[in-house]
Amino acid sequence: MGVDVVVIGAGIVGAACAYHATRAGLTVCVIDRGPLAGGTTGAGEGNILVSDKEPGPELDLALLSHRVWRELAEIPGFRERAELEPKGGLVVADTEEALRALDERRAGVLAELVPADALRDREPHLAPGFAGGCFFPQDLQVQPMVATALLLRLAREAGATVLTGEAVTGLTRAGDRVTGVRTARREVAAGAVLNCAGTWAGEVAALAGVRLPVAPRRGFVLVTEPLPRVVRHKVYLADYVADVASDSAALQASPVVEGTPAGTVLIGATRERVGFDRAWSPAAIRALAAGAIRLFPFLAEVLALRAYRGFRPYCPDHLPVIGPDPRAPGLWHACGHEGAGIGLSAGTGHLLAQALRGDPTDLPLYPFRPERFEAVAA
Amino acid sequence: MTFTITFDGRPIPCRDGWTIGAALTASGVVAWRTTRAAGRPRGLFCGIGVCFDCLVVVNGQPSVRACLAAAHPGDTVETQHGTGRDDLAR
Repeated sequence: MGVDVVVIGAGIVGAACAYHATRAGLTVCVIDRGPLAGGTTGAGEGNILVSDKEPGPELDLALLSHRVWRELAEIPGFRERAELEPKGGLVVADTEEALRALDERRAGVLAELVPADALRDREPHLAPGFAGGCFFPQDLQVQPMVATALLLRLAREAGATVLTGEAVTGLTRAGDRVTGVRTARREVAAGAVLNCAGTWAGEVAALAGVRLPVAPRRGFVLVTEPLPRVVRHKVYLADYVADVASDSAALQASPVVEGTPAGTVLIGATRERVGFDRAWSPAAIRALAAGAIRLFPFLAEVLALRAYRGFRPYCPDHLPVIGPDPRAPGLWHACGHEGAGIGLSAGTGHLLAQALRGDPTDLPLYPFRPERFEAVAA
Repeated sequence: MTFTITFDGRPIPCRDGWTIGAALTASGVVAWRTTRAAGRPRGLFCGIGVCFDCLVVVNGQPSVRACLAAAHPGDTVETQHGTGRDDLAR
């Protein structure tokens, strides 16, 4: 069997790439060693944020993604089934200094300063005493597993093949060139092999003999019992942005609280670099609970039903890897989106479909080029 | 030892070591919650604390898993409607 593109990974990024590639007229085969959304995506929170991005390539990609998500929302049934909600983000600052820093972050995105006395008009249950905040109406939320399944269904309806429970064990080569993939059951020849393996993307790159420094950054999310809609937006403390941008390996926890259509409230977000250690961390979960109660005191009386954790695919410069790999012609990457992959998947798939067809891309892929880490090492 | 708890005001006989779910079931009560969206009746499903289908209000605390919560003399058990947290929606 032969296709234009083999996508390795049936998470949200692989699904978005498959969807856009089929729409661009390419033939596609998606292969995953596990189920849909079974690795990086299924452990995510579903954020589609512009409010936490530094100006530059990542914000550009976030704004493009925002546009593509809004287009996806026009597909009949997509918005409702994927729980795609234009809820907006409310970032609160606990000091005047943090508020000033927040004010400076408004470049390039829609944002509205919210004075201290108006915060509780937005979020009636918010704790008193914050210096003020900023409302970002472009922040969205989605149910990532459902969105993955819907995108793959649309890709299949456009002719794509989706193989799950089938691991790619090797790549076929013709000289330097990557010409396809091998599994225990078959070989699939492809014009392009696209690595969408999330936190495990470094292992796929290694199959081609190239280095891709995607590392796991562990994050816990705490889930409450279902509640009436008491948390209206995605609400987080301004410190969260600094934590995301941090290079520290130690535990960081800044509260991110959001309600969902199902009623549960999701409480993130911790970040720590501990390899693929799946052990529960009482310290991390305690920090999440304490941080959430600091924003919403009523949560002290609410039951937490469960917690989950995942491994965000972290690159040393906090930018994803998107584009062809000149070190192994035929190999392409779309990975390393860290904790922003759900949101950034849409723009990533859009750009890659353009590049795979050889069309001009809406954004330059240069900042995301896979070989950039070689220069850092040299 | 036998004792009594109440369910929506009616006495339910109980024995030491029973869960609230066991006591209700032994008295023929099979539903004590309504779902959030459609208002459908729910009671024990998995019976082992996993599915969160058997949520009930115990002594004023909503969303208690009846299958895990030990019954104590005098416990006041009430049907849970939806999230049981309408107080928060005000």
